[in-house]
Amino acid sequence: MSEDISDTHPDDMPEKPVLPLDAWHRKMGARMVEFAGYQMPIQYAGEHLLHGGGIVAEHNWTREHAGLFDVSHMGQLGVEGPDGDMQAAADALEALLPGDISSLSEGKMRYSLLIDEDGGILDDLIVTNAGPRYTMVVNGACKWDDIAHIREHLPDDITLTHYDDYALLALQGPKAGAVLEELVPGTGKLVFMTAGLFEWNGAHIWVSRSGYTGEDGFEISVPADKVEEFADALVANEHVQPVGLGARDSLRLEAGLPLYGHDLTTETDPVSARLLFALTKSRRESGGWMGHAPVAEKLANGTQTKRVGLKVEGRMPAREGALVFDGDKEIGRVTSGGFSPTLGHPIAMAYVASDYAKTDTALQIEVRGKRLDAVVTPMPFVPQNYYRGE
Amino acid sequence: MARYYTDEHEWIDVEGDTATVGITDYAQEQLGDIVFVETPEVGTMVDKGGDAAVVESVKAASDVYAPISGEVVEGNAALEEDPALVNTSPEENGWFFKMTIGDKDELDGLMDAKAYEAFVAGL
Repeated sequence: MSEDISDTHPDDMPEKPVLPLDAWHRKMGARMVEFAGYQMPIQYAGEHLLHGGGIVAEHNWTREHAGLFDVSHMGQLGVEGPDGDMQAAADALEALLPGDISSLSEGKMRYSLLIDEDGGILDDLIVTNAGPRYTMVVNGACKWDDIAHIREHLPDDITLTHYDDYALLALQGPKAGAVLEELVPGTGKLVFMTAGLFEWNGAHIWVSRSGYTGEDGFEISVPADKVEEFADALVANEHVQPVGLGARDSLRLEAGLPLYGHDLTTETDPVSARLLFALTKSRRESGGWMGHAPVAEKLANGTQTKRVGLKVEGRMPAREGALVFDGDKEIGRVTSGGFSPTLGHPIAMAYVASDYAKTDTALQIEVRGKRLDAVVTPMPFVPQNYYRGE
Repeated sequence: MARYYTDEHEWIDVEGDTATVGITDYAQEQLGDIVFVETPEVGTMVDKGGDAAVVESVKAASDVYAPISGEVVEGNAALEEDPALVNTSPEENGWFFKMTIGDKDELDGLMDAKAYEAFVAGL
């Protein structure tokens, strides 16, 4: 698994950046790989691990207990209006994002997209009303470009802050709620897509009930100088084990969640990517956001391709780049694919010609000269398990 | 029987006129959980250093190369049902294919167990 980092700006990046938990991962038995310009754990190994280590074990542990992921490579940004003027900040963001930001009440979060003038997707992100500012979490491989793009288009009186002195952890899995409530009382009351400020051992931490595995869980922003201690406190709980990027990818694929750089690129748009929920209804009509005209045209007339889920027959995985066929006719391309540990068979996401996007359409994928049978399948492949309150 | 190793982490057992090929314990550990193995069809002519099989882990597909030239005489059918044999028994039950030995001299360039051990230690 790799993410394209070729278009990050080396000038903006510190030399050989090291993430705050680098030494901690190595101590935990991580195999480190380069990802988004950092050394990151792909998977763990060692006798000390309760899950035994390895992508499948880490994947299954997350589905059954709670996995601890380091996602500190992601960009944590703040957007603030003059004297904490939330309306001014919301207006500025709404010029760049297709979602309704103004009506997002304090502590609420929303999935959104940065879209270019042509309607292409620059990045996907989560925006939170963290009054007196909005915060955004953007993809690690895109963050320098995102920062440049946002800075260029923000009015002068709006401040953009990059919280690069904060680590970001994700605690994901059915035990995450109970584990975090015990360590940071009050967090158990958060429901999916809400967030708040909490205190742990004298440090302010920002806790969101969100994630990218399809499981209940949290993303937790922790001061870099406190994060090792916090990670130790989490794995001291017998339900929590470290989980690497390998399982993060297989988990998000099962959950039907697109990965930027693969399933989403500037060559894709919100309509063909089927991310209409990111385009707030009122704003589809009112416009006023970058890329509105080309996206509105696609909403009205449809797109040539659509992102679909594919269940692949047999055991041979179809991976990114594999071509999709209907008989002799090439009709699409796989953008991510792999073996689903939960389902025990390969799954994939692909963009296919819109005529072939209907559920149960039988297609073929070419892998090393062989044709694999595949069927268009609704996503998520594995049911999501979010906490929306009692 | 003699066992040789390649710097691509294949092993080859030579017994008379035929040889058995698999990947080393080091290789399976690097690959992680194996979910699929594509063994070559019987009758395939393989060239020393050329593609012979494909092993798919959760992460990625990797090529397995022929340590020497020859003709494939059998693929390990057990890997179809249980590809994880490559993880649990890489240098025994998880073998990939059996082949004829086209040119015995090609074995000369391969490593013995001791040389391979030193090679892996240096990685």
